[in-house]
Amino acid sequence: MVKKIVVALAMGFGLAGGANAQETVKIGVIVPYSGPFADAGNQLDAGIELYIQQHGDEVAGKKIEIIRKDTGGPSPDVAKRLAQELVVRDGVDILAGFALTPEALGAADVATQAEKLMVVMNAATSVVTEMSPYIVRTSVTIPQVNYPFGKWAYESGVTQAYTLVADYGPGHDAEQSFARGFTEAGGEIIGADNTPVANPDFSAYVQRVRGADPEAVYIFIPGGAQPAAIGKALAERGLTPPDTKIFGQGELTHPEALESMGENALGIITTFHYTLERDDPLNNEFVEAYREANDGRSPDLFSIGGYDGMHLIYEALKETEGDTSGDALVEAAKGMSWDSPRGPMSIDPETRDVVQTVYIREVQEVDGVLQNVIIDEIPNVKDPLHGADE
Amino acid sequence: MVGNLVIVIFDGLAFGMLLFVLSVGLSVTLGLMNFVNLAHGAFAMLGGYLAIVAMRQLGLPFLAALPVAFLGAALISVLFERALFRRLYRADALNQVLFTIGLVFVAAASAAYLFGTGQQPIQLPGYLQGVVEIGGMRFGVYRMFLIVVALAITVLLVLGLDYTRFGAQVRASVDNQRAAQGLGLNVDTIFAVTFAVGSGLAGLGGALAIEMVGLDPSFGFHYLVYVLIVVSVGGLGSIAGSFVAAVVLGVCDVAGKYFVPEIGSFLIYLLLVGILFVRPQGLFGKR
Amino acid sequence: MTTVSQAATDPHSWLRGQSRWSYFEIAFWVIALLPFYFFPTYLTLASQIAITALFAISVDLVLGYAGIITLGHAMFFGLGAYAAGLITKAGWGEPLTGLVFAGAFAALIGFLTSFIIVRVRHLALIMITLGLGFLTLELANAMSWLTGGADGLRGVDVWPIFGWFEFDLWGYTAYSYSLIVLFLGVVAARRIVHSAFGLSLRGVRENLTRMPAIGSPYRFHLQKIYTISAALAGVAGALLTQTTETVSLETLSFQRSADIVVMLILGGTGRLYGGIIGAIIFMVARDQLSGMNPQYWYFWIGLLLMAVILVMPNGILGGLSRLAGRRS
Repeated sequence: MVKKIVVALAMGFGLAGGANAQETVKIGVIVPYSGPFADAGNQLDAGIELYIQQHGDEVAGKKIEIIRKDTGGPSPDVAKRLAQELVVRDGVDILAGFALTPEALGAADVATQAEKLMVVMNAATSVVTEMSPYIVRTSVTIPQVNYPFGKWAYESGVTQAYTLVADYGPGHDAEQSFARGFTEAGGEIIGADNTPVANPDFSAYVQRVRGADPEAVYIFIPGGAQPAAIGKALAERGLTPPDTKIFGQGELTHPEALESMGENALGIITTFHYTLERDDPLNNEFVEAYREANDGRSPDLFSIGGYDGMHLIYEALKETEGDTSGDALVEAAKGMSWDSPRGPMSIDPETRDVVQTVYIREVQEVDGVLQNVIIDEIPNVKDPLHGADE
Repeated sequence: MVGNLVIVIFDGLAFGMLLFVLSVGLSVTLGLMNFVNLAHGAFAMLGGYLAIVAMRQLGLPFLAALPVAFLGAALISVLFERALFRRLYRADALNQVLFTIGLVFVAAASAAYLFGTGQQPIQLPGYLQGVVEIGGMRFGVYRMFLIVVALAITVLLVLGLDYTRFGAQVRASVDNQRAAQGLGLNVDTIFAVTFAVGSGLAGLGGALAIEMVGLDPSFGFHYLVYVLIVVSVGGLGSIAGSFVAAVVLGVCDVAGKYFVPEIGSFLIYLLLVGILFVRPQGLFGKR
Repeated sequence: MTTVSQAATDPHSWLRGQSRWSYFEIAFWVIALLPFYFFPTYLTLASQIAITALFAISVDLVLGYAGIITLGHAMFFGLGAYAAGLITKAGWGEPLTGLVFAGAFAALIGFLTSFIIVRVRHLALIMITLGLGFLTLELANAMSWLTGGADGLRGVDVWPIFGWFEFDLWGYTAYSYSLIVLFLGVVAARRIVHSAFGLSLRGVRENLTRMPAIGSPYRFHLQKIYTISAALAGVAGALLTQTTETVSLETLSFQRSADIVVMLILGGTGRLYGGIIGAIIFMVARDQLSGMNPQYWYFWIGLLLMAVILVMPNGILGGLSRLAGRRS
């Protein structure tokens, strides 16, 4: 009861505020701009910024205004408060950003209560889109890229593998979906270890893998400094392709990690939804513009999530002709499909989650530079967990 | 099996040596000068970024970038010491904590502004890469290099403190500042030099750490915890203590993760609490 | 003059005099009501400030009054937060009993760890609190079947207070609730620090070796205050869970432990209101600065901290009371 009244009040305020600023659509962006995940937040923001720069800040006759809010880390309580403030104080029409799963989960209730479209531009745990009917995701889910990868790994001729994942939610998700795909196809997991989330030195774990002598090792670790550290540890212990295949999710071979690992990275096979080096006019243009706007820094999964998230917002606004009500925008987003720099993608009308091509890439040397070269594509992949019991 | 054990101990030793270079400076400044410098990690980060600049902008080789990191961090830290920290030597420890934490914030924001929030990769020269195979065991060259550098630093510090005139002056100033001053020692200068050397070593550690653990603006805050653990377990003001603590923590951490990976993430903290509960003054501490 | 002679003759009346509510305090609580009327869009922030202030008071009890410097107090905050969240998942969403449950749980753990805490001092004490904090964090991460791990606890469902006041988008209920609990926390803390027990704590802080000599069982006193402080921190954590319906590992983090000490020193230790003022200044500054400059706001926070120390070495309250010429 009281909730309803207050929501009505809040809406009233929003309308009153809207009257003198009828020409703007306000988008509140909630990401960690500072703290341990600052890089994720800033790359995501750069993706948003580039889209606006390329497509102008006017859609359906309305001006786009971005309001940025910093959560400072994985803080769902702060994310929720910021979402509340954006709705009641700034009168935003759309909530966006959400680099981290707990923050998306924290803000989900606000989207529901305030009936605002919430565009999740990164948070990659399956369940996120189920937390509110107003959530649409433009990034990826961990099972989406890893479940088909497990199948692919078996079909590529590997029969047994060892898994080594960071000991936290995303790591466990990745391990389970890879293992499910792999074992369903007929493969066997011969050992599994968890590494601490903030692990500076991997030598002990790599030595354990070596002791088990698997055909392949599957790795999931957070981005940042760890990919290079684990890559070097693997090479030092002699665990290198082709003797031992190394599988992982795309973060493992991001450009900085490749530069730091050097030749040790050759032959690592990863699964991802975005490949920086994919030769495609749309992608080449995106990468070039992004580098120009960001001092030569290359786009990554966060950038593309933010970029496509803005595309979704722009297209949805065009379709609703500027109507910013959450219901209208979500309706417009459902089933939307487009060609992104990452490749063809769409929004599943049932789950509001992203459907896209999964790329299998191998690190190779091309013109003297290490690159992720696409060796296989699996089109139109949906998250395998939605609809299934957890 | 024996081979695995040797490798695990070797890897742990190398990681411990990195922790030692990062922390020994704080042990000295905290133990000798009673100054709680939580910005120690920030000076390590400074050293790391200086090495990056030296290699990228000036085109220096890695080995030449290391002294740059040491000298640069030492020089800049002494500016801070003269201008700011000096006023706080007699202040309450909590004030020193707040002030230096403030400096860590400023340092992290400046690093993010100047270098961006991403990781800073470096490429080592070929002779520091790869492995040496002895009896079927593979020893990483860079890890060997780390161990050698840390041992050299330990020897230099111990000799310098025990056998040089300046070392004697440092010890005298610490034992009794007023008496030392009365004998005509310039305690101010002695402290400043000690501080510079301590921070310089942190800077060197930061540069050495890039290859092992990476470098980004959160380095100063993140590695502060490790540094504090080494200093407290080793005992304040003891170079040998820091050395032994770093070895114990490094080897136990790696060996523990190898043999009982289930408790891998708990190990370093269990060791910390366990050791300090039994020996609150640290392994080599006097108080 | 008269108070001094009274103190000499009758310690109880001196304590009573100390515990009288001053005009400053009354004014403070009146001002605390202003956001309802003047800043209604800042109520969720105000609520989180009140929660942080309560947490700061719990730290002040051990740090400011008993001299136990802690870098791991988020452990109790987080335990309270998880306890409050888990009890709602078990089907009991009533907030007031949830608070009591969370406080009791944190107190229990606080009591158990206090046996370790009272046996060490100085740097070892700080580092052991830090180590225990990290161990709790890692444990919560490892027990993801219970805590939800890094994704946070899902499905926290808190019932309306008294079955009527729902937690709304604007934060009217949240701020009212947090402010009342904070007020009760301050009342309780005042009683403690202005009691004979509180005085003996200050004795422990000032001179540990002398306390046993005058027949004061200092270890028992320290264990008692540590347990009380853990309970208060747990209540603060539970408040955060209930007002936001989220719980994450971040509630247990070293960052939170360190931030709260920073806020407390900033405001001034050993004054109760120091923690409150510190929380207000730190969080308002953070909110405003990060609103203006989301990427580099902590540069200015850092400068603020450094400047405060150079200008007011005893924290803001210490500096103000010196300016006002009042004895603390």
